[in-house]
Amino acid sequence: MKAVFKRTDGLLNVPMHYCPGCTHGILHRLIAEAMCELDILHRTIGVSSVGCTYNNYEYFACDMVQAAHGRAPAVATGVKRVHPSKSVFTYQGDGDLAAIGTAEIIHAAARGEKISVFFANNAIYGMTSGQMAPTTLIGQVTATSPFGRDPDTQGHPINVSEMIATLPGAVYVERVSLHDYRHIVQAQKAIRKAFQVQEAGLGFSLVEVLSTCPTNWGMDPKSSMDWVAEAMIRQYPLGLFRDPKLEERK
Amino acid sequence: MPRIEFNQDLCKGCGLCLSACPQRLIQLRKNRLNDKGFHPAYVEQADRCAGCGVCATICPDLVIKVWR
Amino acid sequence: MGKRVLMKGNEAIAEAAIRAGCRYYFGYPITPQTEIMHYMAKRMVEVGGTVIQAESELAAINMVYGAAAAGARAMTSSSSPGISLKQEGFSYIAGAELPAVAVNIVRAGPGLGGILPSQGDYFQATKGGGHGDYRNIVLAPASVQELYEMTVEAFNLADRYRMLTLILGDGALGQMMEPVTFRDQEPIDLPDKPWALTGTGGARPHNTITSIYIKADVLEAFNQKLQAKYAEISRKEVRAECLNCEDADILMVAFGTCSRISRSVIPVASAEGVRVGLIRPITLWPFPSEVIAQAASQPSVKAVLTIELSCGQMVEDVRLAVNGMKPVRFLGRSGGNLPTQQEILQKIMKMAGR
Repeated sequence: MKAVFKRTDGLLNVPMHYCPGCTHGILHRLIAEAMCELDILHRTIGVSSVGCTYNNYEYFACDMVQAAHGRAPAVATGVKRVHPSKSVFTYQGDGDLAAIGTAEIIHAAARGEKISVFFANNAIYGMTSGQMAPTTLIGQVTATSPFGRDPDTQGHPINVSEMIATLPGAVYVERVSLHDYRHIVQAQKAIRKAFQVQEAGLGFSLVEVLSTCPTNWGMDPKSSMDWVAEAMIRQYPLGLFRDPKLEERK
Repeated sequence: MPRIEFNQDLCKGCGLCLSACPQRLIQLRKNRLNDKGFHPAYVEQADRCAGCGVCATICPDLVIKVWR
Repeated sequence: MGKRVLMKGNEAIAEAAIRAGCRYYFGYPITPQTEIMHYMAKRMVEVGGTVIQAESELAAINMVYGAAAAGARAMTSSSSPGISLKQEGFSYIAGAELPAVAVNIVRAGPGLGGILPSQGDYFQATKGGGHGDYRNIVLAPASVQELYEMTVEAFNLADRYRMLTLILGDGALGQMMEPVTFRDQEPIDLPDKPWALTGTGGARPHNTITSIYIKADVLEAFNQKLQAKYAEISRKEVRAECLNCEDADILMVAFGTCSRISRSVIPVASAEGVRVGLIRPITLWPFPSEVIAQAASQPSVKAVLTIELSCGQMVEDVRLAVNGMKPVRFLGRSGGNLPTQQEILQKIMKMAGR
């Protein structure tokens, strides 16, 4: 009998502080597992950002640095330029990456910075308790769009993957989801591939991960997963937006 | 025979594993609160578990270990 | 002695950084300091370093934060409006205790202001600028030679105390050309950095670098640790030049470009029978309060005159140092104008009762 599922060495043995049913825990595990599978945990440096995951440097077993709100891609750039042979990733939410950090993410991608960005999109600000995010859906009720997001006055959602995919420096861009088993397995492959693209020195990679926020959405965890499947994917279709065709170059 | 183990202290009782289990074998222990104050998940008929690992895959808190 | 060359101030800063072992420069163009990045763009190639023209000053300082966290000597430079943007990063660098060097070739403000020389960023440089209880070491060179020497020293200080060291120049210093004598060997003091992010190598627990301490007691303890460090720096690193201060009738206090103009007043005033001394703060933080207090306490000193390229900023620290012992007067010009030797002389003669 062998373990088909055990705790990954990529995460330290401490409980995570996220709300019940929040998918951040799943995404942490997938990133940690990818580092272990590729045997790069010991030479990876991660960048925590601002939001609910501000302190995930306490969870990942690799070296970690905490960045100011939105600046993780710039911090990662500094780290990567000093250690070009190491793997560097950022873990960012939608407020961090798609609002205050828009300039940093676009220009890191434009420079083809050889980093991997894991972008958790849950269409809301979590840590500050449920304000409208750049990725909030039209009509979605949040603390700062109490009558539903009105595109006339509050604009439209930003599709980050599609936008980043227009930049030649971004060689691998994929949107995945965590709302059920099958999609989690798909997300796992994407995260692994993002690291592989970086390891191969091909350029910038970004995996957008549709995630939940049961607490601030006001839904139970299962309904939150269903809402991703029914509502979020309509605005944010899953799929591959840039693919370096890793195999061809081998 | 497959084996499944829940670290009930880590469980937040979110229930995602309940609906993910193809055989609906997982329940929340309604008569017990763990140290965090949640009703932890457990498998009632462990002998029926096929060890597929779907529950562990969806668990956000690394509560579940599976052997097969 | 090393090689003697004619150089622009901004270029001397860039060359000094490279000689100090800095291989990572992140900047954003802004007058009157962009020559630093121009020079870096060429020279870094020769030494295998990295120059990134960032998308903003915010990005540039956060790249410095990342490179410093990774264990490298890194720097950025800008001028006043750009330095305002970098304050976020300055505060985080203080909070994460990272060694880094920043250069502010000050131009006149507020707002976009003008591109001419100023010392109007004294408050911002010495009183924090960003949020929270922190300090930066602030060095105030007054010649191109000093821009070179103090830039090298800035890297040593940054590494020694794990904090940001700021070179506060101005548009005149950055743009002027003067001869610089380079040392054959730079005095590089590079400590081990076991805290740096290099990957665990499987050989040690993971390193983490952060500036967030959610628990009040933990954050207070961290603040106390910072304050202890700042107290040590205030004891050990204060630098000032005293010129003709002994038995002076009038004491001038001026730094950087202003100190050069003030210095020229000494012989002219002497010819008029007034003995004038000059205290030139070289570290603006820690501020040479005791040096000023001691000089001002001499019975011969009638009054103190602070001269600045601002509407009066350092004068507040001079008043605190003099602490009511003697009157402290102020002469300042702003908008990019410089006080003339004649203006300063007139003020001194009036203060001396002539």
